[in-house]
This record gives sequence, structure tokens and C-alpha cells, in this order.
Amino acid sequence: MSEKVLMKGNEAFSEAAIRGGSRYYFGYPITPQNEIPEYMSQEIPKYGGAFLQAESELGAINMAYGAAAAGGRAFISSSSPGIALMQEGISFMCSAEVPLVILNVSRGGPGIGGIHPGQADYNQATRGGGNGDYKVPVFAPSSIQEAVDLIYEAVELADYWQNPIMIFADGILAQMMEPVILPEFKPEIKYEDIKKLKPWAITGYGDDDANRVTVKSLRMQPEDLEQHVDYLFEKYAKAEKELVRVETLGLEDAEIVFVAFGTTARITKEAIELLAEEGIKAGLIRPISLWPFPYNAFDQISDKTKVVISAEMSMGQMMQDVKIGIGKRFPIELINRTGGIIPTSLEIAQRASEILRTINN
Amino acid sequence: MAEIMPEIGFIQEASRKIIVTGHYGSGKTEFSVSMALLLAAASNEKLALVDLDIVNPYFRSRERREILGEAGISVHGSVFQTEVTAELPALGADVRAPLEDKNCRVIIDAGGNDSGAIVLNQFMKYFNDDETTVLAVVNGNRPETRNIDGAITHINAIEAATGLIINALVNNSHLLRETTAQTVIDGHELCCQIRVKTGREIWCDCYPVGIVDPSDLPELSGRLMPLGLYMRPTWLDVGIGN
Repeated sequence: MSEKVLMKGNEAFSEAAIRGGSRYYFGYPITPQNEIPEYMSQEIPKYGGAFLQAESELGAINMAYGAAAAGGRAFISSSSPGIALMQEGISFMCSAEVPLVILNVSRGGPGIGGIHPGQADYNQATRGGGNGDYKVPVFAPSSIQEAVDLIYEAVELADYWQNPIMIFADGILAQMMEPVILPEFKPEIKYEDIKKLKPWAITGYGDDDANRVTVKSLRMQPEDLEQHVDYLFEKYAKAEKELVRVETLGLEDAEIVFVAFGTTARITKEAIELLAEEGIKAGLIRPISLWPFPYNAFDQISDKTKVVISAEMSMGQMMQDVKIGIGKRFPIELINRTGGIIPTSLEIAQRASEILRTINN
Repeated sequence: MAEIMPEIGFIQEASRKIIVTGHYGSGKTEFSVSMALLLAAASNEKLALVDLDIVNPYFRSRERREILGEAGISVHGSVFQTEVTAELPALGADVRAPLEDKNCRVIIDAGGNDSGAIVLNQFMKYFNDDETTVLAVVNGNRPETRNIDGAITHINAIEAATGLIINALVNNSHLLRETTAQTVIDGHELCCQIRVKTGREIWCDCYPVGIVDPSDLPELSGRLMPLGLYMRPTWLDVGIGN
């Protein structure tokens, strides 16, 4: 059969994490990501890893904190309200500089919300739902292949930056199927190598009393805490330069520039084709990294552009970043659906066309 | 691409109740919906589609109730006729109506794998007769059914979970819009190997309409079923990213 395999998003996400090197999965069931714990329970033990169903999302994040603090590569997944419950642990792990890959298969909110796809966790993901000064790099894939590649890479990135990395998918990406090429299995990190690769990890000090390590987020002395936060922000400043990912399309002569990520970007791309049939030129800025946000991409928008439209499955949470990106150069509009409703390409094209007509008049 | 009227006599000759089982994501729902619509277009017989997939939260055949309804096909499934997103694995009592109606041809879209197919058990009294055909849909591009052992493991698991005997195979090997004639032919080869090992016949080979030209599949002619991508919104196939 072909090199490509046809996979459901959740299955492919799980396989990518395993192939990228994740060996410890902790989770608690929630739709629309339930195929992930199911898949992990069957597959991760085959590679010497561990699957554990926690008693809650709070349990899951803290188990991941423990496994990662001991030098293991941990992977967790949940959906919006479940990710909300994990925020305390994420803040702790950022402070303690413990790596983790977090997958949010987001759905409609607020509260328990619904089970259909949503993007209204944008602020939660990019501004942080936990306490204190911290940042989490967030990547938003638009296809299952892109999600596979990002999750695979995120395992290394988390180790490199010693920080949690979040993949922001949505229910549609998780539940749909696409042909994908799976990456090769990364070489195994052996238990005896952890001390060398992760000298900060708690591997048991044995007789080596001099190299005793501590993983903590508690710093009782204000000067000590301030110094630690300053140090973290030097790291984030570097990440802000190095982790920006964006795709742009047709910006040079676009009358309308859309900004959209994830599933909404795919729908918007079809809307752009529909607008072209009407003779309207439209372009797209697709942020792949939501933090750091690709503000510089907005410099590519030409003077031919009349309006920038943020297309979202939320009440316009990304608008704040779009405004920072374009300053006062162009008017900004929002085309959105929420509550789990996926906007159609026709709906986006029609509303964009009306907005342009109003501006031209 | 030449439009060839599909020869669907073999479907019309099939038994009154057709149970569609298979691996997760093998394409049971697209197959069931397509088969129902082909039958509806070919005759005025009374038709029903029973959606027993209570495992998947999205992309269920009852979401296409409107298209099916317009074609004269009654759809039975979730208790909540208008609430397709309810996270309740519940079925309506009306599921039994078409099974009991001797004048109604019924296609039963089971849930994926053995865990999804287990729902069939509560309706077993309707299936122990000579009016029932049980099909297993095979997509050779799904990771777990790419080879003969994986495919047979799934067939055996579904039989063990339901107590039903799978009568025949449906080759639905595809890669969505990346499907080629060779994809279908490779899948047919896989099903031939399953046939040799298990004695199950190939009931039909499927090809996606508008993507694969059936005239490129001359060696499979006779029992070719065109499948429409009814469950898939068009924007899912707009290339973006990778």
C-alpha cells in the first residue's frame, strides 16, 4: 500500500508524540480528544512507556510534572475545560523549567460548553490561564500532517527550551481524517543517559551528594523570585525571536487580508477562492505560532489593502494581536462564529464582500 | 471524466438487511450513505438507514438526514432527532421499526471496530435470519488494516464482539482526494488475500466519484460502487500548510 496512511487526527497526534520520543502519557477523558487516551493506552506501553488515566485533569498535569521533573518525556492532551483545570500545573512547570508537550483539542465554551470545535481558548493559550509571569509557546496546525510534524518537533523543543509547549488543535482536526506521512521514530533516550542530557532532572542522587538537584517553583525571597522571573523573560525574549511561524498568501495585491489560524484558515482559503470568482483579491496571514505571534508578517500588507479581517471561531480573541500587528494602518473587522459552529466558506466570502462594499462606498 | 451509470444490480439483489461493519475510519458511513442514495435513485423501494455509531462525536450519518430524507430514505439513530452533538450514546426506539418492517430495505451503519459494533448485540434477534448480510469494509490505507494480518484481526474481533458472521468484504481503500486507480487496485489485492485466507468473497470495490475514473478499473468491473464524499465539507480538501 502507499507510503501515506489515512489517519484520524487524534490517532495521528498520538502516534506523532510517540515517534517524537514521548513515553509518559497522563490523561482524563474528554470529548473530542478521547481517541488519544484510547490510542495511548494501547500503543505507548509497546515502546517501554507508560499510560496512566488520572483521577482528573489536575492529577494528569501533576503526574506529567513529576514524570518530566524526573527527566521523562511527558505528553498530555485534553480539551478546553480540561486544559483550564491544568493551568496551575502549567504555571508551576514554566517556573520550574520542566518540559512538556500539551495538546489542546479545543471545543466550544465558556464553561463545559459543547463538544463541537472552537478557538475560544486563544487567550487562555497565549495569555496564560495560570498565575504569574510566564509564557508558553503555542503552535496551531491547520492540517493533520502539520499537527503531526509540530507535535513531533515539540518534544525536542520542550526539552530545548525547558518549558511546556502547547499544540492548539480543534475538534475538527482531531475528528477528521487525512492521508499523512508519519515521521521516523526518534532514537530512544536511555534511562542512564538522562542525568547527562538533563542535569537538572531528579534522577536520585545516590552517593553524589554534591550534585543534588531541586525542581521547584517556590521562591520565598522577593529578590530571588524577581531574579528568576527576569531570567525566564530573557529566555522568552529569545523564544519570541526564534519560534515565530507563519504562512502568508497573496498579500502583495490583496484588497482584503484575512488573518485566520487552524481549521478556520482552511475555510478562509476556500473563501478566498470564492472571492476571486467575484473578482475580489484577498490574501491570508496564517499564524502557526500563536505565541510568539507573527506581528512582523503584517508589515508585508501592501497599501492596496482596504481592510484586514480576523476570521475566528471565537468572539474575536485574536483581534487584540491583529491590532498590535497592523497598528492604525488599516481598519480591522471580525468575521466569526462561536459555540461550536464552524463558519462556512460562503458565509466568510459573503460577509467579507459586504464589508469591502461598505468601505468602498 | 466519463460518467458511467453505476451497475448496482448486485446491491438490489442483496438481502433486505445489510449490516456495514469495519475498522474505525474504514469508510462505513460514506459507504452506507452512498449505497442508500444509489438504491433510492434506482427504484421506489422503501429504504431506511440505521445509524448505530454512538462512538464518534462528529461525522455521523444522521447528520446527513436532510439529503437522505429528500431521497426518501428514513434515518434512525440518536434519541435526539435534532441534537446531533449530544454526547449521549443513546439510540431511539424507532431504530427497531425498519428492522421489523418486512417491506423496508435497511442499511445498518455500525460503529467502528469491535467496540463500536458491540451495539449490534441488542438487535441480534433481527439478524438471525436469511435476510441479513454482514459486510466488513476494508481500507488498506488505514494503519491497522494495511496488511492481511491486521485486517483479519479486525474481522475476527468484530465477529467475536457481536456473534455475527461477516459474509463478505467491501474494498474501500482510499486516500480521500489523493486516491488513484492504483489505490483501489492495491486494496482489491489486499481483499483477494483476505479471501484466500478466510474464504470471504469481495462484495464490491469502491471508488470516489470525481477522483478516480471507473474506466481505469477495467479488471474490477461488475461490482464497482461509486462513493460520494457526502460527509466531508469541501474546505477540508483545500490545501493549506503541509
